[in-house]
Amino acid sequence: MSTLQIDKVSKVFRASGLDRAVTPALRQVSFDIEHGEVVTLIGESGSGKTTLGRIVLRLLSATSGRVLFDGQDIASLRRDGLHDYYRHVQGVFQDPFSSYNPIYKADRVFDLIREEYFTRVTGAAWDAKIDAALEAVALNPCDVLDKYPHQLSGGQQQRLLIARALLLDVKLLIADEIISMLDASTRVDVLNLLVSLKRTGLAILFITHDLSLGNYISDRTVILRYGAVVETGATAKVFGNPQHPYTKGLLAAVPQLHKKWQDRPPELAGENHVRRSAMTFEPPPLRECEQGHLVANVE
Amino acid sequence: MSVTIDKLSVAYRTLAGDVCPVDEVSFTVRDSEIMGLAGESGCGKSTLGNSLILLEGRMRHLGGTVVLDGKELPIADNRAMRPLRMKEVSLVPQYAMSALNPTRKIRRLAVDLLRCHGVKYASVAEELRRRIALVGLDEDVLDRYPFELSGGMRQRVTLVLSTLLNPSLLIADEITSALDVSTQRAVGELLMEFRERGFVRSVIAITHDLSILAQIADSILVMYAGRLAEKADTDTIVSYPLHPYTRALIASLPEVGVRHDETTLKGIPGRPPALMNCAPGCRFMDRCPLASERCGVQPPFTEVRPGHFVACWKTAQEAAA
Repeated sequence: MSTLQIDKVSKVFRASGLDRAVTPALRQVSFDIEHGEVVTLIGESGSGKTTLGRIVLRLLSATSGRVLFDGQDIASLRRDGLHDYYRHVQGVFQDPFSSYNPIYKADRVFDLIREEYFTRVTGAAWDAKIDAALEAVALNPCDVLDKYPHQLSGGQQQRLLIARALLLDVKLLIADEIISMLDASTRVDVLNLLVSLKRTGLAILFITHDLSLGNYISDRTVILRYGAVVETGATAKVFGNPQHPYTKGLLAAVPQLHKKWQDRPPELAGENHVRRSAMTFEPPPLRECEQGHLVANVE
Repeated sequence: MSVTIDKLSVAYRTLAGDVCPVDEVSFTVRDSEIMGLAGESGCGKSTLGNSLILLEGRMRHLGGTVVLDGKELPIADNRAMRPLRMKEVSLVPQYAMSALNPTRKIRRLAVDLLRCHGVKYASVAEELRRRIALVGLDEDVLDRYPFELSGGMRQRVTLVLSTLLNPSLLIADEITSALDVSTQRAVGELLMEFRERGFVRSVIAITHDLSILAQIADSILVMYAGRLAEKADTDTIVSYPLHPYTRALIASLPEVGVRHDETTLKGIPGRPPALMNCAPGCRFMDRCPLASERCGVQPPFTEVRPGHFVACWKTAQEAAA
């Protein structure tokens, strides 16, 4: 059974003004994440990728559709069930600087976990647990413990937050743009860390707008546009043989060292500024273009 | 020659002493050249960019000169710099997305800016409209508030406003960092187009992402811990880098098509040194795979091939051999 099943999830945001304008942020998105698999969710701003991550973390509720974790619908979770859910599902977000309270020391994030989940663990056992988690994210305890957030680099902060998730019995990690604010040189370390965690069986939903990073790390790729899946399949297939013009356009825009933009046609240039009002609630249908590689019709 | 910077040093005053993120930096940006300035955070690239336009209160000019079009820029004199800003030197700040005043409509902002520099809005209104259209926006963005625009739109508006008076030098600080790939491409190409059309003469584009610079820059200057590491034209830096730091930066970039199970990319271990009371010698020494005893002495920034400068004992010697 898949760790996470996302089944026709839709989300509609309704403006509070007089016109009660509705914005379909997600349109019947479906995919699964298996045990030990990294699924990359790629989309531009406004594509609904973060909304989906927030729904899986129960920070938002879906308008329709279901999210199943280990076969259980997460919308039905209450109190103890939800408490247990967060033991297994944790998120790390884009901006590490605002994930910490600047007036407390950074390792307070560990204490908060302890208060909530490990009230009976003794001091020595807890310290050992923290050391193990820090080792898993390749941090040296004396570099990061007992420090304020501003004394840590962005990469260290982000790894500390991953270590916090690892203290719990985490099975699914939602990584929402976790490296887009880091330097190019530290990004790779965080990515390699995710790869090593995946090898230990962690399922990861990796949300990003950067295709080369997504390609580097993931097993499967889901490309979202205006809240609907436009292309999905094994990463090698989606990147090796992109079918949808939107995917091709995104690939052509990725800055590469040895290929100039000028040599690559700007497919769909300016296309992303098309008014959303032109679109419907019904997502474009997907068809299978090769084994396990689905592509949507052009809207 | 458009911009010549000679032995510029800028320090931050702190309670614990001076921190010197720009240490005897010398380079030249030619007319109609886009020069990329690369390095990790904490290497002094933004400080260098800011010092050319506004020395904040905690920053101090320790020495060196900046010559723009044959005239020296009075960078330490805030009042003398004032008439030169926007007209001669202009800046697209880091996080340009939040650089616009949220309580003013774009047009009001433009009027304000121009009045500060003694230019009547009416005299450039036509040009402003043309440029807004050129960057692919509707004219009615002028009557909107910044929060009504997307990040990419705000980035374009900032680019148009800061180049409206055709400055000789534009400092573009991380202008593509927070944007989607397709918007990155659009903004990068706009910067090149602005240069072609002569809206800006020379550009210093600051970023940590070498792959963006490979697209837009004519030459790349790599900075490390306040000093220059390497400078050459873009193709040379990308294909034949000499300095171990440049090589490490390039090795850490994932290219499209690289997968973790085939090639494991390497980051650069450690982080740039704190810039207070630096040890003598090459500052990259602690992280450098090629370090030897010689690196205890600061290597000079020497020209090893025409137009290719590097500050490294070992690789400079190799290149010369």
